[in-house]
Amino acid sequence: MIANISAQILQVVFQVVLVLLLSPLLTGLNRLLKARVQTRRGPGLLQPYRDLYKLLGKGMVIPDTASWIFTATPFVLFVTVLLASLLIPTISAQAPLSLYGGVLAMVYLLALGRFFLALGGLDTGSSFGGLGSSREMTISAIAEPALMLAVFTVAIGAGSTNLSIVAHAGIGQSWRFLAPSQMLAFAALFIVLIAETGRIPVDNPATHLELTMIHEAMILEYSGPYLALIEWAASMKQLVLMTLLVNVFFPFGLSASWTPTALTASLGWFLLKLFLLSVAVAAVEVTNAKMRLFRVPELLAIAFVLSALALVSTFLFQG
Amino acid sequence: MAPILELFLAGLLLYAVAALAGLAAHLCKTTAAWITTSLCIASGLAAALELCASVGALICGAQFNWTLPSGLPFLQYSLRLDPLSAFFLLALSLLAICVAVYSIGYLRHGVAARRPGIFCCFFNLMLLALTLVFTAANVLFFLVAWELVVVTSYFLVITDHESEEARSGGMLYMLMSRGGTGMLYLGFLLLATAAGSMEFQAMHGAGGRLDPVLGAAAFLLLFFGFGVKAGIIPLHIWLPAAHPVAPSNVSALMSGIVIKTGIYGMARVFFDFYGDAPVWAGMLVLVAGVVAALLGVLYALMEHDLKRLLAYHSIENIGIILMGFGSALLFRSFGHPQLAALALVAGLFHTLNHGVFKCLLFLGAGSVLQGAKTRNMEEMGGLIRRMPWTAFYFLIGAVAISGLPPLNGFVSEWFTYQGLLAGFGATPTLTRIAFPIAGALLALTAALAAACFVKAFGITFLALPRSENAKQATEAPLSMTAGMAGLAIACVAFGLGATWIVPLFAPITQQTLGVQITGQLVAGNGFLLSAGTVQNGSVSPLVIALALIGLALVPLGLWLVLGRRNGARSKSVTGPTWDCGLPGLTAANEYTATAFSKPLRMIFSALFRPKREIQAEFDVSRYYPKAIHFESEIQPTFETHIYAPLQKGILALAERMRRIQTGSIHAYLAYIFVTLILLLIFGVRP
Repeated sequence: MIANISAQILQVVFQVVLVLLLSPLLTGLNRLLKARVQTRRGPGLLQPYRDLYKLLGKGMVIPDTASWIFTATPFVLFVTVLLASLLIPTISAQAPLSLYGGVLAMVYLLALGRFFLALGGLDTGSSFGGLGSSREMTISAIAEPALMLAVFTVAIGAGSTNLSIVAHAGIGQSWRFLAPSQMLAFAALFIVLIAETGRIPVDNPATHLELTMIHEAMILEYSGPYLALIEWAASMKQLVLMTLLVNVFFPFGLSASWTPTALTASLGWFLLKLFLLSVAVAAVEVTNAKMRLFRVPELLAIAFVLSALALVSTFLFQG
Repeated sequence: MAPILELFLAGLLLYAVAALAGLAAHLCKTTAAWITTSLCIASGLAAALELCASVGALICGAQFNWTLPSGLPFLQYSLRLDPLSAFFLLALSLLAICVAVYSIGYLRHGVAARRPGIFCCFFNLMLLALTLVFTAANVLFFLVAWELVVVTSYFLVITDHESEEARSGGMLYMLMSRGGTGMLYLGFLLLATAAGSMEFQAMHGAGGRLDPVLGAAAFLLLFFGFGVKAGIIPLHIWLPAAHPVAPSNVSALMSGIVIKTGIYGMARVFFDFYGDAPVWAGMLVLVAGVVAALLGVLYALMEHDLKRLLAYHSIENIGIILMGFGSALLFRSFGHPQLAALALVAGLFHTLNHGVFKCLLFLGAGSVLQGAKTRNMEEMGGLIRRMPWTAFYFLIGAVAISGLPPLNGFVSEWFTYQGLLAGFGATPTLTRIAFPIAGALLALTAALAAACFVKAFGITFLALPRSENAKQATEAPLSMTAGMAGLAIACVAFGLGATWIVPLFAPITQQTLGVQITGQLVAGNGFLLSAGTVQNGSVSPLVIALALIGLALVPLGLWLVLGRRNGARSKSVTGPTWDCGLPGLTAANEYTATAFSKPLRMIFSALFRPKREIQAEFDVSRYYPKAIHFESEIQPTFETHIYAPLQKGILALAERMRRIQTGSIHAYLAYIFVTLILLLIFGVRP
């Protein structure tokens, strides 16, 4: 019993450290890839770490209109995303806390973080904050059905909403992603990933233009350590959603246990899969222009149709 | 054996005494504060007695049947506390206690304070009538209690009877309710003919003994009859009209429990009176649930009247409850009683949870209304500094109603999702597709609800006050915040302690479906909630909450360790919000509720058909506007397309009927004579 619990705590600590360390790298990789395709040199791969370190050491300006919600938001956001990351298998098929919340809890924990982030945007009293909150809640709401339906397709296939069980079910059948339902669900979730992580063509993380920004508008008033926590949480959210895609659809190299040798091998696989997905995201970002806000629902409608088709094909081919 | 019947009757008696005392106070024309306070305490005590009775009945599995003859045929004053009744009585009593405490402070000000005696009289009578609705076990007695709820709540709604809005809202409520009751009479009479008795006990499974066509007719009549009260779309129009105009403690009970009488009726009919409903019935309920949930939240998003917004959310949550009931019916039709029990638990748990958080939100809105003196969110703002406790409790309610973990709304929505997910594998043919699609639309509903409550909380409580009244708002008195605190604690407790709440449903599923499922729903030494089996999915709100608190050490630690350089943390300063360099941010710069929901208004314009009008007055050229007038409205689709033609038709018919109203007493006597003859012929016909 005690050994069990301490093993579980070790797993939690391991995964927390992994997610904390890996997520800025993914952000740096995405920026670097985009810069190289655009024939810029771009900031180095480790720039996000330097940014976070610098921000954490800086002072802050808190708006005089803000209440305790403004202060609580960075912490709530950070903690919810971090907990969501513990419900999902990263390099071992057994996620540390997947028993205590499956994919539904994961989606709703991310929603809890977003709820507070949007309140933090409104709390400042500036038009930008309200604008960002309004758009963020709108886009996430219309992305939700596509996300859930794709998730349902996966959960129905594995007979469980527990992501560890979904991953374990995938280990034996690495080529399952060739099934039409899996491919369609992957496509739907890929679009949702673009929308939820605020990538071009839905949002541009590198802009501060009033008319186009969404995420940046909400956090315009944050500075110093609070901004660092929010940026870090955004990176972690990106990692969580990308992990969901790579490990659910491409369970290559997932180790079934928590032994050190197996973990090293699967860490390599995990990094490779994340790299490939990052390339795909960067490719979408550099080949597209940002959409008008009211074209985004059409994109998300495509995602919804894709996941509905995924469901129908499950229905057709599984009998 | 717990003295459940005694507790129950004592509670009823106390309600009755408090109602009479209120009437006496009104007749003596006294408005003394101590009388009002003691009347509120009396209703709180009565509710506490009922709570003890219902919890006792659920835990000990005790039931009672208690009958008084009336001397009339068919009518018997029979009361029965079975598990289903006890569960709804529990929800009612819990809310009534908190609302009674809240009312102590609330009745000091506002419209209800002008005639507190008669208000308390109707308030206690309504609680009495609600208790009777949940426990009456004779069709006629049930309908009498049902009508008593309508009448008492009507008088409470029109407390502010000098306002035209309150009168018309109350009248609409009355009319719709009467229509619903009419359908209930017919439906119950059909069932009673099959049962051969007016007693609920004899009607168990009676729906199946009816001829299929009549059985279907009775099902539809009862579904829509109870649906009027529950507020399913398109029978919902009275809700957003009547809830906002009522005093807030009444709206809290109306939304928290009065509309749940419709849900109680449906649960009674679906799972007690119908042994096995046909597939289309389950499908109808599921679809009605999805429609109500989605349209309810979409209309709520467009509201900037805080109480109307909450009223539309009641429609949404009724939809979520009906999704649970609909899937339960479908599972039972396809022979999966275990899954049916899971879906029924989801629906019933959401009934309780919605009661708690909606009651909390309406009470919060009531405090805001007394503070800011308006229902219009566009004139609020910045109240979190002026009313910190109200804001805090409202936030808890907002998180809970948005279905976010680890509070209670998340738990019941999680069960609903699990029921819908199981539906794909458990039902044949095309019905299986309906379940995941309903699940996806539930996800959309929940996400839109979160957006709506970001708006409701953000615009009302955050940033700068938008009006002079909002600037001068002060915190509500202790009794009002205490009432809200009780409900907020319930929101947290029902979420974190869900594994201890779920076993309360065991006697209900045993009674209605003949299966015990709570053993499977609670696993892992009472820490886990599972979806039938742990293999299918599990969640633990308690562990999630503890993990959230524990993980808070991570960002704090990072900040403290990585941020410890040149004393930076002391450099946190307060400054003005960035206003593009203009002189000073004012409330006019803030996003408004209308602006917040604009993207969704555009995206769903096919439903809302928004109209807007902009008129600008110019000075020299059109680049120098002096004043701009902006108007934006959405089309109330159901009112214009269904109810307006209906009203026109009824009025035209009434115009023709007037011809037989001669005003002469001889004519009326002749009518009575002719009717009597016709009835006699009808009666003695072979």
